[in-house]
Amino acid sequence: MAVLTMAKALNDGLRKAMEADPRVLVMGEDVGKLGGVFRITDGLQKDFGEQRVLDTPLSESGIIGTAVGLAIRGFRPVCEIQFDGFVFPGYDQIVSQLAKVHFRSQGKVPMPVVVRIPFGGGIGAVEHHSESPESLFAHVAGLKVVACSNPSDAYWMIQQAIATDDPVIFFEPKRRYWEKAEVEPDATPPPLLRSRVLREGTDVTVATYGPLVRTCLDASVAAAADGTSLEVIDLRALSPLDLAPVYDSVRRTGRLVVVSEAPSESSVTAEVAARVQQDCFHSLEAPVLRVTGFDTPYPPSKCEDDYLPDLDRVLDAVDRSKAW
Amino acid sequence: MSVSDRPQAWNPADPRSRPNREQVLAGLRGTDAGGPELVQLLTPEGERVSDPRFDAYADDVDVEALTSLYRDMVLVRRADREGNALQRQGQLGIWVPLLGQEAAQIGAGRALLPTDMVFPSYREHGVAWCRGIDPTDLLGIFRGTDHGSWDPLEKRFHLYTIVIGNQCLNATGYAMGQRFEGRVGNGDGAPEGSPDEATMCFFGDGATSQGDVHEGFVWAAAYDAPVVFYCQNNQWAISVPLSRQTRVPLHERARGYGFPGVRVDGNDVIACLAVSRWALEECRSGNGPVLIEAFTYRMDAHTTSDDPSRYRLADELELWKLKDPIERVRVNLVREHGVGQEFFDGVAAEADELAARLREFCLAMPEPAPDRMFSEVYAEPSPLVEAQREEFLAYHASFADEPLAGSGVGAEGEV
Repeated sequence: MAVLTMAKALNDGLRKAMEADPRVLVMGEDVGKLGGVFRITDGLQKDFGEQRVLDTPLSESGIIGTAVGLAIRGFRPVCEIQFDGFVFPGYDQIVSQLAKVHFRSQGKVPMPVVVRIPFGGGIGAVEHHSESPESLFAHVAGLKVVACSNPSDAYWMIQQAIATDDPVIFFEPKRRYWEKAEVEPDATPPPLLRSRVLREGTDVTVATYGPLVRTCLDASVAAAADGTSLEVIDLRALSPLDLAPVYDSVRRTGRLVVVSEAPSESSVTAEVAARVQQDCFHSLEAPVLRVTGFDTPYPPSKCEDDYLPDLDRVLDAVDRSKAW
Repeated sequence: MSVSDRPQAWNPADPRSRPNREQVLAGLRGTDAGGPELVQLLTPEGERVSDPRFDAYADDVDVEALTSLYRDMVLVRRADREGNALQRQGQLGIWVPLLGQEAAQIGAGRALLPTDMVFPSYREHGVAWCRGIDPTDLLGIFRGTDHGSWDPLEKRFHLYTIVIGNQCLNATGYAMGQRFEGRVGNGDGAPEGSPDEATMCFFGDGATSQGDVHEGFVWAAAYDAPVVFYCQNNQWAISVPLSRQTRVPLHERARGYGFPGVRVDGNDVIACLAVSRWALEECRSGNGPVLIEAFTYRMDAHTTSDDPSRYRLADELELWKLKDPIERVRVNLVREHGVGQEFFDGVAAEADELAARLREFCLAMPEPAPDRMFSEVYAEPSPLVEAQREEFLAYHASFADEPLAGSGVGAEGEV
């Protein structure tokens, strides 16, 4: 048992994956000598060499496009995109090649590539450094999309993603990189594409992922003090969604609030709401409510506290759900 | 246009340094002049000529080898024409003609070793032929029954890439892998059964405006990747002439990335073979990457949906017909090697047999199973896709008197 930051847990997970399989490569901008701008790959190049930890040219389409070629050759590349807002030069390669080569080849060419993306706001950054583009990937057939929320999941999920024979877009909540928690290296982790009930409750179900899991857990503590029992579910897998635990919970509580930093329209939260109303129609006591970022570009950082869902907005939605 | 033909660098103080109207208009017309840097070993008139830089790479092209290259080109042209006809007759949704580019593709394709890897665009039917992919294997893409039917790893010929330029990065990544695995630069010391390898990447003049081609060049240079970038400059990107893509001859761009670029007569199969052999050997021995600009001409439309009469002059095609890649080989075989008519008749008959086989195969192609689309979306089972497959099959099974062809739905004991 060790107490680790999420950054260190990811670093340890990457190291274990690289030790386990010599075909695993880490590639991205500044991931070698510098250890990445968030230090997630710290020390890996020193230990595994420049041919397994590649300081690449500054070119996101190049990172994804060459990773596709390396995967065709039999490697298992783990790509780092430096910030969420910088992934779009690589989006063409992700959508047109990475997501489709397996289908196009009728299963003859797997694409075991992981694309790590630090995402979300709350760090006071300039434009393009605080976005939540996960829905743009969840919408693409052929990709798997996951988000970790705590050090233990980060440690296991990165290893599971690397071991997956499909492309995985791996979202890391950058504002949670330095929060610490226990990681048990001898534990048996749950499968990668499973959601998890993190706190059991009876009044309202709250489903969320990534950086707002912590926020929703805090909200559940505050709600409990007011006599409201929240069940908090960490979705973890955004595509494909694992909604069985959500359905099970909503059938008991009758109420659901879905929480995410991303804008609401055509989003992961929209998909959750649509599926829950379809599968739990007769159990619902109130409409599914969503607490999200607004449908605006991510604002200047002095406005981000108003943009990002926080504990109070989550509790406000809980109250509205209960009062329906 | 060669370097010396080009207007000198614009000098703001000298209005005469700007291109005049005639020069601008000339740029809007296709050109058939490859310029003095063009590598040529067989002239359009069928005369074998020398190029001291590349003669050594075509020394072995004797009459036997040349008749073989001739046969390749005639067969792929015939298959191409049959594909075009099948589209016109409604059997294919679209066809992408290679007419005019046979030498560029066969020359490159026959320079490859079985252990090399190829990343094609979508017009490389001639290269596919050289990789042992039967023309019938191409039909599914254009008939809409699959996105490519061959095994890219077994054939060492990746599936056709339709998004322009994407494959330049995929090829570069693959070549980086060849280098990481130590399959480059071993020379005679290469282990038995695993010789040095190279990758060849095909794209067109239009693709050179894409960021992925630029990035492919940057990455290949940064990692000394053993990749030959093989640009078939066929002068036209659908309706847009080369002058809209570039100010400099494309092969000159290589210099800016720090590797050699060569312009070869793309209608000269011997020169394409020789230059490709040289370039592949450079890559296998660790001196990659290399850019080849095969200077050729798209003698037919971009695809069967295109109408070149809207944007280019008919006399341009007539000029290029004089440089036909197959005719010059025929003339050479007759004049310099005394090859008789029976050989040419034999190849023509073989070509007709191939065309007939292609047609027969096309007409007999089965429809894909309706639930084909749910297969192989992922390597690992997807609950979402499998649930949709079940819903789809149940929906069709609800039409009890109209079983779904090919899926097993409605057939007793299946589903």
